[in-house]
Amino acid sequence: MGKYRTTIGLEVHVQLKTHSKMFCGCGTDFGAPPNTHVCPVCLGYPGALPVMNRDAIRLTVISGLMLGCRINSYSKFDRKNYFYPDMPKNYQITQYDLPLCLGGSVEIEVGGRVRTIGITRIHLEEDVAKNLHYATWSGIDFNRAGVPLMEIVSEPDLESPEEASAYLLALRQILTYAGVSDCNLEEGNMRCDANCSLRPADRVELGTKVEIKNINTVKGVQGALEYEEIRQAEALDGGRTIVQETRRWDADLGITSSMRTKEDAHDYRYFPEPDLMPVALPAEQVAAWKAALPELPQARRERFVAQYGLPEYDARVLAAERAVADYFEAALRLIPGSPKAVSNWVMTDVLRVLSERTIDIGRFPIPADALAELIGLAEKRVINSNTARDVFALMLDEGGRAGDIVKTRGLAQVSDTAAIEKVVEQAIAENAKSAEDFRQGKAAALKFLVGQVMRLSKGKANPQMATEMLVARLGKG
Amino acid sequence: MSELHTLGVHEVLERLNRRECSSEDIVRDVLAAIGRIDGTIDGYLSVAAEDALAQARAADEARRQGAGGRLLGVPIAVKDVLNVRGQPCGCASRILQGYVSPYDATAVARLRAEGAVFLGRTNMDEFAMGSSTENSAFKVTRNPWNRNCVPGGSSGGSAAVVAADEAIAALGSDTGGSVRQPASFCGCVGLKPSYGRISRYGLTAFASSLDQIGPMTKSVRDAALLLQVMAGHDPHDSSCLPDPVPDYAAALVPDLKGMRLGLPREYFVGGSDPEVERAIRAAVEVCRGLGAEIVDVALPHTPYVIATYYVIATAEASANLARFDGVRYGTRAAGAEDPIDLYKRTREQGFGPEVKRRIILGTYVLSSGYHDAYYLRAQKVRTLIRRDFEQAFQSCDAIVAPVAPTPAYPIGEKGGDPLQMYLGDIFTVPVNLAGICGMSVPCGFTTRQMPVGLQILGPALGEGSILRVGHAYEQAGGWSHRRPPL
Repeated sequence: MGKYRTTIGLEVHVQLKTHSKMFCGCGTDFGAPPNTHVCPVCLGYPGALPVMNRDAIRLTVISGLMLGCRINSYSKFDRKNYFYPDMPKNYQITQYDLPLCLGGSVEIEVGGRVRTIGITRIHLEEDVAKNLHYATWSGIDFNRAGVPLMEIVSEPDLESPEEASAYLLALRQILTYAGVSDCNLEEGNMRCDANCSLRPADRVELGTKVEIKNINTVKGVQGALEYEEIRQAEALDGGRTIVQETRRWDADLGITSSMRTKEDAHDYRYFPEPDLMPVALPAEQVAAWKAALPELPQARRERFVAQYGLPEYDARVLAAERAVADYFEAALRLIPGSPKAVSNWVMTDVLRVLSERTIDIGRFPIPADALAELIGLAEKRVINSNTARDVFALMLDEGGRAGDIVKTRGLAQVSDTAAIEKVVEQAIAENAKSAEDFRQGKAAALKFLVGQVMRLSKGKANPQMATEMLVARLGKG
Repeated sequence: MSELHTLGVHEVLERLNRRECSSEDIVRDVLAAIGRIDGTIDGYLSVAAEDALAQARAADEARRQGAGGRLLGVPIAVKDVLNVRGQPCGCASRILQGYVSPYDATAVARLRAEGAVFLGRTNMDEFAMGSSTENSAFKVTRNPWNRNCVPGGSSGGSAAVVAADEAIAALGSDTGGSVRQPASFCGCVGLKPSYGRISRYGLTAFASSLDQIGPMTKSVRDAALLLQVMAGHDPHDSSCLPDPVPDYAAALVPDLKGMRLGLPREYFVGGSDPEVERAIRAAVEVCRGLGAEIVDVALPHTPYVIATYYVIATAEASANLARFDGVRYGTRAAGAEDPIDLYKRTREQGFGPEVKRRIILGTYVLSSGYHDAYYLRAQKVRTLIRRDFEQAFQSCDAIVAPVAPTPAYPIGEKGGDPLQMYLGDIFTVPVNLAGICGMSVPCGFTTRQMPVGLQILGPALGEGSILRVGHAYEQAGGWSHRRPPL
């Protein structure tokens, strides 16, 4: 891409985590049988009127505050008019000229380069229904119609498909941190449209913009934009002009294809929604929400390094997801002296299980306090690290507290000098060759002998004490 | 033959409370009157006879059990624009044929909670668009005073059935005069409350920022009672006002002492039928005799009200009526090739010419390039019109005016000229644009025995004042008791 510069802006639609829809009391659960979360309002029946979901306003403002936006103290809703079968009223209630949030930014890092991507605005609107197409007929599922949808419009600050996908991931991280959305791409919680243009590297003014719709995955963003970069570059190479148009991304074929050109563009005939009153947000309300904001992922990462002395790598892994970071800190609170041990357990053991079982931490069977108890036992050398991993496996499959498991199964490490000495003697006696090797200076033989002590003690001997006794008994090889 | 159908709400309630008749007797009597008369009036689109009798029997049973209810057993006719659960709500349009309401409008639910019986659906201009009820897709309702004349509109069916004693009372809706003007044409009382006084939830929207539900009755007292029951905050309508509902009956005193009534000079500049103007001036003198002080007020933006109204109302209507597309309910045209074709065929076949005219007009005034010149400018003028009234109410408690420049005119006379029809709304539309309240009370007859209505306007939430004026006038020299020769 040396010849051309790419300019990308994203419009990201995020489904908000509210109990009910934007303008009626219907539920928002995903996966219910078609047309079971519907009422006269979200079906657009004659006479039905919308009523504002205040929680959707709150979540949008919180998102805006997390992204550093200015919050409009006076905001309103508008009707966007167009006909489509997935639109119950054939107009969408959205925000045209007075959105809830303006400005703001997101920091991304691609290839070691940190960049700040501007956010133009965030507005709130209602989602449409879902059209289902069969061989000879089509159906419409209105369960999704009216679900609160927040649209985050970025500035055209992104310069590559990689940056676009990094932006999307950063946004998702912040929004899940804020608890405003699950940002679950499989459930369509997060969808995006991209605007993309190319211009010769030596030109300042932007090239003709193409809008790409129907991008529903992070992979799709990158794929669609990579395809579009090549398509537009080839057109420019061939001396052709880029047509200002809307294109649809086909994830299966991996291509974009023209939906409509500028000439066919809708005239949406926006006008203020007379059924809803304007939204006035008192400064005190916004200030109260701001005061209660959760820490941003970046700030938490930095705090983990500063406060707990964790390596940068650990902090990044632990802070990536708010729920994981919360879990880590909940465990650490019970054994505040061992941040690195807790970090190791969470990063290796807990995250491994989550990925093996493809579950999120909310469904992880060992609560943070139970993990802390287990780590505490290992840290106090009540059990050794191998035993600790066995106990972890037992807790994972059967539940229970580490202390109880260690007690009932007699897994406590033996630290009684006399008892260990007896086993050490036995190990030396049974492995005279290795003992001799160690005396001759073969350090590896010590490890073998310690292993034998552990075997003979059924894993319960304190391995450190065993090592020390073996060394004392055999002399420093 | 019994005369129960000729009674108003209060008289019916008195008889019911004295156990002189049952609700079933009343409903049977009203049904019989409909059977005798409606063939020549065509006020009803449908009558739910069996359902109404069942509701009446339930009300009688409730009364026997000692249950209360401010309207227990009173049958009410409903304009075809309001949702009544289990009944059709077709808005007198082909496009909603087959649609049965799955829910009660809030106003209906409140009447039902007080024991009202829902009798049937009254005719109207399709989607409340019109001033003569000639725009109904199904029938032309006739004025009970002269069957060759229109009953007014768009709530012409409700006005006609109340005037013809085919109902005890009725509900209408008023976007630019659709309750007051037919009340004036048919000689009954029609009240348009302030915007936001009665919930619009369940009222099929024509122009959301202008629509209000209103009672159409045989007396001001009846209108006050129905308003009392329907008014008040509704969590289903964010434009519905949270203000407490005063005791309207308490406002009904027999004199107008201490009240100042404004006469807008722009409404008396010779544009009205002289017989209408004479009746209004006579009514003003009655009010003066009751103790009112008559003052001159100015509404300088009156020349712009029709243009402003038809820009805003049609703009909102163009979006409100977009939902009638054949996809989810109502009529679906056959033979469509794709969704866009389905819309075109359904709406082409389903809407009548006046509705199409207004959708096209509203689409035009909102379209890119014209939006600012029409819609935005109209909104600015609307603010000026609202200020006219705020200013006027600085110097008076209520305004008295004609409802319409003419009495009811012959059927077909204005059908071919929409602009002439629109101009007849000059005295009623500013009330909706300003969001204030207004009422039509019978105030006399022309030499050809056609009724004339006195329009009484009050500031936002000033229903108590206009009910007081209307009631005192009605008691002193009103014409509410006159019935057409049927």
